[in-house]
Amino acid sequence: MSNGDNDFVLSIRGVNKTFGGLQALSDINLNIEKGKVHAIIGPNGAGKSTLLNTCIGLLTPDSGSITFGGKDLTKSMTPHAINQAGISRVFQTPQIFPELSILQNVMIPAFAKRDGAFSFNPLKALREEEGILNEATTLLDDLGMGEGAHHHAGNLSRGNKRRLELAMCLIQHPKLLLLDEPTAGMARHDTNRTIELLKKIKESGMTKVIIEHDMHVVFSLADRISVLAQGAIIAEGTPDEIKGHPKVREAYLGSAEI
Amino acid sequence: MHQIITPSSRGKDLSILLIFIAVVLTAPLWGSLIGAGYPDLLQKFAIFGLFAIGYNLLFGLTGYLSFGHAAFLGVGSYVTVWSFKLLSMNVIPAVMFAVVFSGIFALVIGFLSLRRSGIYFSILTLAFAQMSYNLAYSVLTPITNGETGLRVLRDDPRVIDNALGVTLEGSPLGDLFGITLTGYAGFYFCAAMLILGFWLSLKIFRSPFGMKLVAIKSNQTRMEYTGFNPRPYLLSAFVISGMYAGLAGSLMAITDPLAGAERMQWTASGEVVLMTILGGLGTLFGPILGAATIKYFENIFSAINLQVLENTFAFMPEWLGGIMVTITRPFVGEGWHLTLGVLFMLIIIFMPGGLIEGFRRLSRLFGGKKAASETPAAESEGGVK
Repeated sequence: MSNGDNDFVLSIRGVNKTFGGLQALSDINLNIEKGKVHAIIGPNGAGKSTLLNTCIGLLTPDSGSITFGGKDLTKSMTPHAINQAGISRVFQTPQIFPELSILQNVMIPAFAKRDGAFSFNPLKALREEEGILNEATTLLDDLGMGEGAHHHAGNLSRGNKRRLELAMCLIQHPKLLLLDEPTAGMARHDTNRTIELLKKIKESGMTKVIIEHDMHVVFSLADRISVLAQGAIIAEGTPDEIKGHPKVREAYLGSAEI
Repeated sequence: MHQIITPSSRGKDLSILLIFIAVVLTAPLWGSLIGAGYPDLLQKFAIFGLFAIGYNLLFGLTGYLSFGHAAFLGVGSYVTVWSFKLLSMNVIPAVMFAVVFSGIFALVIGFLSLRRSGIYFSILTLAFAQMSYNLAYSVLTPITNGETGLRVLRDDPRVIDNALGVTLEGSPLGDLFGITLTGYAGFYFCAAMLILGFWLSLKIFRSPFGMKLVAIKSNQTRMEYTGFNPRPYLLSAFVISGMYAGLAGSLMAITDPLAGAERMQWTASGEVVLMTILGGLGTLFGPILGAATIKYFENIFSAINLQVLENTFAFMPEWLGGIMVTITRPFVGEGWHLTLGVLFMLIIIFMPGGLIEGFRRLSRLFGGKKAASETPAAESEGGVK
């Protein structure tokens, strides 16, 4: 590769993970370039989500290292420390705070970004947090969710919960954003709206890793694609290279038209 | 479900606080209308109200169900009596020491119990509280005076009082710079503490800190992957609620200078859970309402004896009166907990949100739109399709 090591936001080196007898990840090597959208595709059970989980401290790999900002994430880093280091994640099943309002859902991660993993000032009033209130309101307006921001987040549709979770990640301005199937289960026009949104973020230069089944989404967003099958990376390249890759066609795309 | 944490305006919060103060200070007036106009009972409202308000900050906001808060109540009582014995009958140092010691105690128990969540957390707190109870009852007899209970004696050192030349006259009672805290003086001291406790609770409900506690209850996993360390937040809430319990225990010992181990028993821990849920879990007013309701009905029902029942049913033919007495007998006097159980079941089945939910429904029913729009519930009602 032509880039120096410094341009990589995340470097995964020789990561292995087994569950019982199942080799979920075998010798994964992956570099995520700064400012790029890197898609990971592959059939069900290929290990895509497992790979993301090792990056946020949800799983510890059996061997190998994952370097982010000079730190090895596999060395007993807690999930909140990893987030504080600059990695935010959208989960496959939307993870929001159903009992809070939409606006509060977005304010919470903004507090984490500003105040760190713990801050104690129970006498400060929420209404005095104008900076964070404004930031959250502006972001929700941008995403078209500004109306009804005081409503319960628990009542949102699944598609809107995903968008809300994306907003919760975006307000942290992460150095690396991990997206696990951000459009799964969405209607076509919701998917298109999400693609538009992600394209807009792409212009901001935020580095993103995206897992996606929808090839339409992948090819309209990704700068680089890695193909995962049975826990191993079988191909990596630009979208055009991947489209024409014989191994990929065989393992994943089958005869489906791209 | 309504939103717990609302970015309420300053004016609205101030009026909530002023109304609360007015209601508390006029308690002897409205109390006499419902047959509760005497200091002993009103004191109980205030003390258990404080206990429940503090408990609600843990259970209501974070969802962590502690079954061991009576331990902090007991610590508060013992420390208060010791302060009376060693230092002075003045209640100010007694209250301060009680709050500090119960806070330290809560820090230790909370630190250990919060290593687990859910049912395991509840069991750990229960185990610690029962251990404390048994220690107080037997092993620590030199400190707690075991079964008899710790009481203030005439020949206790009372270093500060003796240095100032204050001597104990009559029975030992808590004292606030010359005012003996008995009768209504005792009630108003408890009321002042209740107002202080309510003010702090209101502040926490309106703060980012409170919002984060609710976020932990709502989705702790998300909280962790959002960059928060939930443990110190939970521990803070645990310690704060432990200090409330310590304050309540201290007030118990101030209004009646005696501390017994039974105050730490698990039934006392269970009672505060009942109060909080009965009134309205996670609401601002629910816990104190629940505490007052339980203490009010306890007062009425436990006072009814066989004689009263027979008089009540005297107008009936003798055979029918006999049957009525037999049926109602187990629900009154010593058996008043049976009534409490029935009351609790009815409320949980028909109003899972507690008494506060009942009031909300009533205000919507009678007050129409206007009344409803003033409650925070209305905001979320709009969101429900």
